[in-house]
Amino acid sequence: MPEMALGRGARVTDAARPILETRGLTMRFGGVVAVDNVDFSMAEGELRCLIGPNGAGKTTFFRCLTHQYKPTSGHVIYRGDDITGSHTHQIARRGIGIKTQVPSVFDGLDVRENIWLSARRYHSNRESNRVVDEILERIGLTGVANRLVGQLAHGERQGVELAIVLTGDPELILLDEPTAGMTHEEVHRTTEMIREINRTASLIVVEHDMQFIKAIANRVTVFNQGAILVEDTMDNVLKNQDVRDVYLGKREVA
Amino acid sequence: MFNSMLKTFDFNSWNTRGLMVTGAIMLALLFLGPTIFDLFTLLKVILFIAMAMLALSLAFIWGFGGILCFGQSAFFGLGGYVYAIGVINMGESTVPILLAIFIPAAFAMLLGYFMFYGRLNDVYLAVVTLAVTLILYAFIRSTSGEEWVIGKARLMGFNGISSIPDPNWPGFPDSLLWPDDKFYVAMALLILVYFGLRFLLRTHFGRVIVAIKENETRAELLGYDVRFYKMITFTIGGGIAGLAGFLLVTFNNFVNPDKFALALAAQIIMWVLIGGVGTLIGPMLGSLALLMLYNWLGTQNFAGWLNTYLVFGGIILLFVLAVPQGLQPTAQMLALRFLPWTRPTDEGGDSARNGAREGRAGD
Ligand SMILES: Nc1ncnc2c1ncn2[C@@H]1O[C@H](COP(=O)(O)OP(=O)(O)O)[C@@H](O)[C@H]1O
Ligand SMILES: [Mg+2]
Repeated sequence: MPEMALGRGARVTDAARPILETRGLTMRFGGVVAVDNVDFSMAEGELRCLIGPNGAGKTTFFRCLTHQYKPTSGHVIYRGDDITGSHTHQIARRGIGIKTQVPSVFDGLDVRENIWLSARRYHSNRESNRVVDEILERIGLTGVANRLVGQLAHGERQGVELAIVLTGDPELILLDEPTAGMTHEEVHRTTEMIREINRTASLIVVEHDMQFIKAIANRVTVFNQGAILVEDTMDNVLKNQDVRDVYLGKREVA
Repeated sequence: MFNSMLKTFDFNSWNTRGLMVTGAIMLALLFLGPTIFDLFTLLKVILFIAMAMLALSLAFIWGFGGILCFGQSAFFGLGGYVYAIGVINMGESTVPILLAIFIPAAFAMLLGYFMFYGRLNDVYLAVVTLAVTLILYAFIRSTSGEEWVIGKARLMGFNGISSIPDPNWPGFPDSLLWPDDKFYVAMALLILVYFGLRFLLRTHFGRVIVAIKENETRAELLGYDVRFYKMITFTIGGGIAGLAGFLLVTFNNFVNPDKFALALAAQIIMWVLIGGVGTLIGPMLGSLALLMLYNWLGTQNFAGWLNTYLVFGGIILLFVLAVPQGLQPTAQMLALRFLPWTRPTDEGGDSARNGAREGRAGD
C-alpha cells in the first residue's frame, strides 16, 4: 500500500498525519498469536491509553514497535517511514522512547550514572551533567542521586527509568504500566507528569488503573487476545458490552 | 550481606588512594626491578609481565565489556608470531611490534564483526572463540614443512620459531634491548595499558560498555549500537593480547604453537576468575599467583596418584569456592571494613558512603 505510506494531502493533511501506524502487525510465538493483525494509528500529540487483560499482547505490541521483537509480519510506520526493519537503537534515535513493564535500568550503577548515560547520547559532556541535574530535580530523584539503582524501592526504580527515557527527549513515548508498584502519592505525581510530558510529546500508556486512565486519556484502545477490540473515548469504552465481557469474564481488575 | 549488591563500577570516584597505591607499587617495580632481581629472575618477571598483560586483555573485555572470550590466546599467539615473522624479515623491531598489536586487533575486529553483528549469543561466542584458537593451534603445528616460509621466516610447525631477534630501540636498528631494558619496556607498557584502560573506562565509551554489560536491552533502547561497542571492545582486547604476545617473545626469543593451545586458553579464564571479574589488578595478580603456584607445584614430589595437574586443579577449585568474588573484590571488601583509610575519598560532591561502595570501588 504505497499510496498510504506516502499519504500526501489528498488523503490526510499534514496536521492529521499519524505519528505512528501499524499495518497488519502480527507477532507469533509458536502457536501463540500475541499480536494479531493489528492496524493501529495515532495522531501527533495524542495521549493514547492501551488497556486489556493480562496476556492481551500489550507488552508484545510495544516490543514490536521498538524492534525488541522482530514482528512475524506487518509494518510499523513512524512519521510516514517504514521502521519495521530498523534496529532497536535506530528506532530510539528516531525519537521513540520506552519505559518497559519490568523496569529496565542499570541496576549496578547509581542513579546519576543511569541518567548520564541517556543524556550523554545527545549532549556534550559538560551539557550532560547539567541535563542530569535538571531531570533529577524534575523527577524528584535528587535525594537518591548517588544510590545504586538496584537498591531502590520499586516505585523509585520506575522513576529512574522514566527519567532515563525523558532525558532522551523522545517525540513518542511508550509507557508500559508506569504506575505499577507506586504509592498513591507517586501515582498522583506521575499523572501530573504525564500530562506535562504530553505538551511536548505523543504518548501511548498501558495502564490498569481506571482512575488514572480517566485522568489522562481522551482515547482508549482496548486489546484482547492480541487484537484491537474497541477504540473509543473512555466513557464509551466503559459502556461497551464487549469490554465488560472481556474483563468480567476474566475477573481482571482493569 | 557482602553478596547483596555490589556496585559494578564506580564512575564518580576515582578512588584516588587505590589508584595512587597501585601506581606507586607499579612504578617502584619499574624503577627498582633490575636492582632487586638477579638476571634470571628479571627474565622470569618479563614472562610474568607478558602474562599479566594477557590477563589484562581478558579482564577488560570480560569484566567490563561482558564478553566471555574463551580464545583470548588466539590474539596472544598471533601477536607472538606476527612479531617473530616481522622482525626476522625486517631486521628491525619497531614496525613488527606495531604489527603485533594491529594485526591481532584487526583479526579481533573481523571476528567481532561476525559475532556481534550476527547476534551470536554468549555461549556460542565462547565456543567460536575457542574454536578459532584451536584451529590456529592446529594450523601452526602443521607448518613444519620447508614450504611454510614467510619471507625469511620459517614457521617450523610444532617446534616453534627460536632465536627470534631482540627488539631494538625505535629508529636505532643496531642498539638492541638488554634484559634490563626489556624489563623496563615491558613494565612501562603494562603500566601504560593499565592506566590507559582505567582512563578509557572513565570516558563515554567506557561507561557505555559497562552499561551494556549491565543491561544490553536498555543500552539499545537509549540508542546505543551495542554491536558496534562490543566489536570495538573486543578489538581493543585483541590488540592488548597481541602486545602481550610480543612481550612473551622478548622473554626467551621463542614462540611456539602452545601459545594457541587449550591449556593456555583455559588458564587465562582462571586468572580473571581468581583475580575477580570486573577488576583489572586482580586478574594480573591472578596470573602471577597461578603461574608461580604451578611452577612451585612442579618442583614438588607428590606421592602416588597425586600429580601436579590434579593438585593445581584442586587448589583452583577450592579457591573459587571459598572466594567466589575473586582476589581483588574480596581484598577491597576486607580493606574497606578493617582499614578506614582505604575508603574512597569524597570528591566533587556528596558521594554517599552507603554500603554499596563496598566491593568494587573502582580499580
Ligand atoms: N517471548 C515470548 N515467548 C513466548 N510467548 C510470549 C513471549 N512474550 C509474550 N508471550 C505471550 O504473548 C502473550 C501476550 O503477552 P504480553 O504481551 O505480555 O501481554 P500483556 O502485556 O498484555 O499482559 C501472552 O500469551 C504471552 O504468554
Ligand atoms: Mg504487559
